[in-house]
Amino acid sequence: MENTIAAIATAYGEGGIGIVKISGGKAKEILDQIFVGINDKPLRNRYLTFGHITDSDTGKIIDEALVSYMKGPKTYTTEDVVEINCHGSIISLRKTLELVLRKGAILAEPGEFTKRAFLNGRLDLVQAEAVIDLIRAKSDKSFEISINQLEGFLSKKVLDIRKMLLELLIKLAVNIDYPDEDIEELSYREVKKSLLQISDMIEILVSTAETGRLIQEGLAVSIIGKPNVGKSSLMNALLRESRAIVTEIPGTTRDTIEEFLSIKGIAIKLTDTAGIRNTEDTIEKIGIEKSKESFNKADLIIFVLDGSNELSKEDREIIEIIGKRKSLVLINKGDLEQKIDTKQIKKLIPEAKVIFTIATEGAGINAVEKEIEELVYGGKVRQGESMLVSNVRQKNLLEKAGLAIKEAIEQTEASMAMDFLEIDVKAAWELLGEIIGETFSENIIDEVFARFCLGK
Amino acid sequence: MKQILMEDYNVIVIGAGHAGCEAGLAAARMGEKTLMLSINLEAVAMMACNPSIGGTGKGHLVREIDALGGEMGINIDKTFIQSKMLNTAKGPAVHSLRAQADKVRYHEEMKKTIEKEKNLDLKQGEVIDLIVEEGQVRGVLLNTGAAYRAKAVIIATGTFLRGKIFIGEWSFFSGPNGLSASIELADNLKKHGIKLRRFKTGTPARILGSSLDYSKMKEQAGDEKIVPFSFMNDELECEQVSCWLTYTNNKTHQIIRDNFHRSALFGGQIEGIGPRYCPSIEDKVNRFSEKERHQTFIEPEGRSTDEMYIQGMSSSLPEDVQEAFYKTIPGLENAKISRPAYAIEYDCIDPFDLKINLESRQIKNLFCAGQFNGSSGYEEAAAQGLLAGINACLSINGKNPFVLDRSEAYIGVLIDDLVTKGTNEPYRIMTSRAEYRLVLRQDNADLRLTKRGHSLGLVNMERFAKFSTKTEQVEKEMKRLAETIVFPNQALRFMEKNVSTPLQNKISLADLLKRPEITYDKLADIDKDQPKISSHAKTQIEVQIKYEGYINKQIKQIERFKKLEGKIISQELDYSKIEGLRIEASQKLNQFKPLSLGQASRISGVSPADINVLLIYMERERRRGK
Repeated sequence: MENTIAAIATAYGEGGIGIVKISGGKAKEILDQIFVGINDKPLRNRYLTFGHITDSDTGKIIDEALVSYMKGPKTYTTEDVVEINCHGSIISLRKTLELVLRKGAILAEPGEFTKRAFLNGRLDLVQAEAVIDLIRAKSDKSFEISINQLEGFLSKKVLDIRKMLLELLIKLAVNIDYPDEDIEELSYREVKKSLLQISDMIEILVSTAETGRLIQEGLAVSIIGKPNVGKSSLMNALLRESRAIVTEIPGTTRDTIEEFLSIKGIAIKLTDTAGIRNTEDTIEKIGIEKSKESFNKADLIIFVLDGSNELSKEDREIIEIIGKRKSLVLINKGDLEQKIDTKQIKKLIPEAKVIFTIATEGAGINAVEKEIEELVYGGKVRQGESMLVSNVRQKNLLEKAGLAIKEAIEQTEASMAMDFLEIDVKAAWELLGEIIGETFSENIIDEVFARFCLGK
Repeated sequence: MKQILMEDYNVIVIGAGHAGCEAGLAAARMGEKTLMLSINLEAVAMMACNPSIGGTGKGHLVREIDALGGEMGINIDKTFIQSKMLNTAKGPAVHSLRAQADKVRYHEEMKKTIEKEKNLDLKQGEVIDLIVEEGQVRGVLLNTGAAYRAKAVIIATGTFLRGKIFIGEWSFFSGPNGLSASIELADNLKKHGIKLRRFKTGTPARILGSSLDYSKMKEQAGDEKIVPFSFMNDELECEQVSCWLTYTNNKTHQIIRDNFHRSALFGGQIEGIGPRYCPSIEDKVNRFSEKERHQTFIEPEGRSTDEMYIQGMSSSLPEDVQEAFYKTIPGLENAKISRPAYAIEYDCIDPFDLKINLESRQIKNLFCAGQFNGSSGYEEAAAQGLLAGINACLSINGKNPFVLDRSEAYIGVLIDDLVTKGTNEPYRIMTSRAEYRLVLRQDNADLRLTKRGHSLGLVNMERFAKFSTKTEQVEKEMKRLAETIVFPNQALRFMEKNVSTPLQNKISLADLLKRPEITYDKLADIDKDQPKISSHAKTQIEVQIKYEGYINKQIKQIERFKKLEGKIISQELDYSKIEGLRIEASQKLNQFKPLSLGQASRISGVSPADINVLLIYMERERRRGK
C-alpha cells in the first residue's frame, strides 16, 4: 500500500483560510484521531463538517476547522482525500500539519499529489509533462533552500548529534560483525548513557524549532536604506517598542536586527539592515554584507529615504539593486523641510507605492501596515512556501529520530540484543542525515576499519 | 597457431575454485552440458587461505547457497572438524555459523561430487583466450591448442589471473600455493575490451603443530551441540579438534617495525589494493601502533596434516624476518614454518562493468564470478558462482535473469553492492551491509529461497520434500501454539522451575514462548500435545514467535522497498532523451542501464527527483503503448 501523504495545499497569504490536504489509505483514520466535530457530528463522505482540530496527546485545541472527507476513487489522487480548512495563520496550519504527520502521514514530496493523480490514471499525457516540470522546479528550489540552511545553527547541531550516533554505530557494528576480535564488549550502561545524551540533544532541537528560532517562518520583510534615514525608527514604530538602537551617528546599526511581528494576522520576519554605504570600517562592512544577504532573501523590501535631503548617489545605487523586486518606498522625516523630488523617485522605481512617514512619531505607519496587508492578501507578495515545507520536514525528521532513539533506550532497558537496538540507532542516524542531505551508510563501515584493528 | 576443435558444450567455466565449483554444478544441474577447466585439478575447491567456512554474514551466504541447491553447505558438513555458532549472545539475525574445515578433504569431497555429476566434465587445462564473435562469447581456447565452443562462458579465475606473489624483496608470477598463474588470458581479455585492475590479498605462514607449545595458548573448542550448515542434515557427529589463541607482543612488533623497509607492501612493489578488514601484520603494527598486542588463532588445516594456519598474521615480509617474528609469539618459540606467508596480487574487473545478472556489459553471454569480480572470501565467491551459473543457463535459453534483491538474500546484497555501488578493495560481506537483517536470517534461508531454487531446477526431490514437510510443520504448530491456552494454576510449577514470573491471566502457549527464559523444548512440560518436529522447525517457530514484532516492522519496510524494485526498466531505454533528468543522472543511468527503478535509485548521482521523473516517464510510455 502507498504511504498516506500530507501537505499544506494553499499558498500562504492568498486568503483568510489555509488547507491541509491528506491523501492515502490512512487519511480518514488520521482525521478521526485529530478532529472532534461540533456536537459530535459524524463525518460524512463529501460533506463539510465543522469542529476542532485537537491534539489528543495534550488535549489542546489547535484550531477551529471545516473538514471534508472524500472517499476514493473519485478524487484528485483517486485515493481517499481529506481537506482540513484552517484559519490562515501560518502557526495553526503548521501545527495541524505536524499533528497529521505525527499520526502517521508522511510529508508529501514536491508535486506528489499531482504525481499520484497521474500514476493513478487521473491525468492525461499532456498534463504529465507539467508534472515533471513541477517536480523538477520544486525539488530544485527546496534543494537550494536546504543548502542554504546547511550553514546554519541547525546543521551544526545535527552534525554534532550524528557524530555521537556514528561513534555508537561503529562500536555496535564491530561488536556484531567481529565477535572473535580482541575488542571490548559494549555494555548496556555505556550504550544507554550515550543514547540518553543524544535523546536530550534532539529534544532541545525540537523545542527550539517550536519557539521559532529554527523555523523562521513568516513573510520576510527587509528594511533598506542608506545610514541615518530612520530605518531603526521605522522598525521601532512597527514594533511599537524600542529595541533597535537609534542615534544620530550614521552607521549605528552595524548588524542586522531581526524581529518577528504580526500585522493584521500576517506573520512577518522584519529585518533592519545596516545602512548600505561605502565604508572602510571592517565591522560595518560585515554588517553591510549581512544586509545584502537579508535583502536577497526578502519577500518584500521597504526602502527608506530621508525626505529632508535630495536623492543621493547612494540612494540611486540602492534603487538599482532593488530593480524589479517587490518594494515599498517610504519618504521619512516628513517633519523636516522636504527637499526630495518625489516625481523623480516615481520615475526611477515606478512599480513601488510611495508612502510619507514620520517614523519617530509613528505617523504614516498605519498606511505602511495597510499596504503590506493589501500586497499579501492581494497575492502580490508570497512567502517562499518551500521554505515552510522544508521547515516542517526538518522538524518532522527530528521528531522521528527522537522516537527511534527512545525505542533504542527502551531496548537497552529490556536488555534486548545489541543488534536490535542498532537498527533504531541507525534509523535515527539516517533520519538526521536526511536533514542535511547525507544518508550514505558506507561511512560507518569505513570508520569501523579505520578505528579498529580487524582481520583474519 | 593451429586450433584443434574439440567437443561442444553449452556452458564452460574457467576456474574450479569456490565460485567455479558452484557455477559448474548449477549449470549441469539445470540440464546444460557443462565443462569446468582448471589449471590444475589439485586446485578444485582449494582453500588457499584460512581453513574455515562461514562466520558473520558469510555463514548466512552458505545457508543461502544451500537453500538454493548449491554445494558449499553440504561439502563443509562432510568435511568439518570443528563447528561453532558465533554471536549467540545477540539476536537470531546475527547468529553466524562457522566451521573449521579439513582442507584436503574439502577439496577431495567437492572433486568427487563434480566427477559424479551428470552433464558435467572436469578437465585440467589452461584457458588462454576467449572465442568472441559479434560481441558474443562462443567458447575458449587452451594453451594446448584445444578449442572448445560453448553458448556461455563463466570466468572464475580467483587470484590466478596474472597472479604475482610477494615475499619481502622477492616477487614472481604465480597462482596461490605455488600453482602456476594465468598470464596469457589476462592479456587477451584486455584485447577483447575488458578493463582489468589489480587487487591484492595475503595469507599467513603455515607452521607444524608438533613444533608448538600449546600450554602457552588458550584452547578454543567447538560447540557441544553441532548445528549443521546444510538443511539436508538434522544432526551431525564429529570428534572435534581445537583451535588455539595466543598474542603478539612488543618484541614481535619491534622486529616488524625494524623491517618495514623490507616489506613488499611498504616498499612500493605492490600496486594492488588490499582489503582493510584483512590487513597484514605489518599493516596492523603500522596503523595501530598504540596497540600492545594483536591476537592470533592457531587453526588446524586438517586431520591428515600437522600444518597449522596462523590466523591474523599474514605478511609480505621476507622469510628471515618471518622466522624471527613468529618465534616471538608465546607458544611459537620453536615454530617450524612449512609454508611462508605471502602477499598475492591479481587481475580483476571493476564490477561496474557487470550487469545485475553478473553478465559482462561488453560481451554477451560472458558471466563473471568470485574474486575476478572484486570480492574476497570463499563464501562470497561461491554465492556469485551459483548465481552466475544459474544466469548463464537462463540467458542461453532466452529466459529472464534470476536476481535476488536486497530484501531477499545476503546474496542479493552482495551482488547489488558490487554492481551498483562498486568496490575499491576486495569486498567482504558483513551483516551491517544488509538493510533487512532481521528478515535475512541464517535460520530461514530455506524459507526464503528453496522454492526459488526448486523452480530453477536446482533443488532435488529429496530436499524439496523435506522442505515441504518442515514448512507444513511450522505453520501447523504456530497455529496450534496460538490457540492452546494455559491457565495460571496449570503453570504454577512450570513457571517456578523456569524462574519465570507467575502468570496472572490465562495465556496462549505462543505468548508464553515469547518470554526470554522459555524455549520450545521446555514447553513440553505443560504441553502434552507437543508433536515431534525437526530441530529446523523448532528453531523457526521460536524465532518467529519471539521476535514477531520486530520482524513485522521490517516486513513493512520491505514492502515499501519492493515497490521501486518491482518497476522494471527496459534495457533499451535511452536516458538522454528523457526531459527533466539532470545531465549527470542521465549519463550515469545510460552507463548502468539499471534493471529496476530500485536499482536506479541506489546509483550515486541519481536523486529522488530524478527517480520521480523516471517514474512519470515510464508511466507515460506505458500508456502510449496501450
